[in-house]
Amino acid sequence: MDVVNQLQRQFLDYSASLHREGFLDDQFTQLQKLQDENSPDFVVEVASLFFEDCEKLINNMARALEQQQGVDFKQVDASVHQLKGSSSSIGAMRVKNVCIAFRSFCEAQNREGCLRCLQQVTQEYSLLKNKLQTLFRLEQQILAAGGSVPTIE
Amino acid sequence: MEVAGEVLHSGSSQELHVLAVDDSYVDRKVIEKLLKTSSCKVTAVESGARALQFLGLDGGKGSLGFNGLKVNLIMTDYSMPGMTGYELLKKIKRSSAFREIPVVIMSSENILTRIDSCLEEGAEEFLVKPVKLSDVKRLTKDCVTRGETEGRDGRRVNKRKLEDDNHSSSSSTSSSPSTTASFGCGLATSELLSSPLHSSKRAKLRDRD
Repeated sequence: MDVVNQLQRQFLDYSASLHREGFLDDQFTQLQKLQDENSPDFVVEVASLFFEDCEKLINNMARALEQQQGVDFKQVDASVHQLKGSSSSIGAMRVKNVCIAFRSFCEAQNREGCLRCLQQVTQEYSLLKNKLQTLFRLEQQILAAGGSVPTIE
Repeated sequence: MEVAGEVLHSGSSQELHVLAVDDSYVDRKVIEKLLKTSSCKVTAVESGARALQFLGLDGGKGSLGFNGLKVNLIMTDYSMPGMTGYELLKKIKRSSAFREIPVVIMSSENILTRIDSCLEEGAEEFLVKPVKLSDVKRLTKDCVTRGETEGRDGRRVNKRKLEDDNHSSSSSTSSSPSTTASFGCGLATSELLSSPLHSSKRAKLRDRD
């Protein structure tokens, strides 16, 4: 069972680093705790929904900010608000924090500031997606090796 | 959606049926899981309009909804396009058929005036998102406890001011013989679960950081 132990340790270390670096907050841990035999893929499913949401909303924001004749900041803000909500629900802390700054720029009707935030939010979403994919892969490896995924505390 | 009468919790407690309303797919999925983990039956819809449709308040099916299962608690997001949670709350509280159903508002924004308006309109609680399992467990436990307490008393406490209610005795708003029968036993608590949870609202505001 050495392989399993190794993988489990890797998983825990990786998880800890994601929290330490602010990618994930306690809400993500809450979701992991909710996962059970009735919904063994709960976290992966929520994460997938979140990433779909991200893509859609980022596209909306980009389109709205592109409008040369005048940006509808209310529209941008509406999308940012939604993204802030879902990132908060899944525990995607860095994404959420960018959204908070983003909203201020929307309120100030600052197009430059908004564009910077859009770039940042796109970056954070990509980073998080990669990291979560790595985390989920580790989980799969543990299960494939016959072990169980350790619970975070 | 489950068929009425199919699921009965063991012991004296009966599963609550909660109607969750949220335009965010992510949030719907999370709240659904939180509620199922708290032993509730869940119907999750994406808008106020859908919620009213489900309840039959749009002139449709009547108080039992699509599948004949009574709703014991409504949890709705505040900010939704079209009809906000606040507007949905008002519509429910102004309906003689559904005013007794406790409505909980959820919002990512902790705005005092917003909270006040919701409580004024009769919301049981205002939860700041992200909603936690402990919030849901507490809410649903209160719901059941309240129902059982009033079951013993044999009467329902109508929190909405009785002075301006002309319909008091004639409206058996939340009781319907077919509903109790469909649960397969004479549990009186089924109709009483829709009673208001408690009168102290401000104390129930939970803060999030």
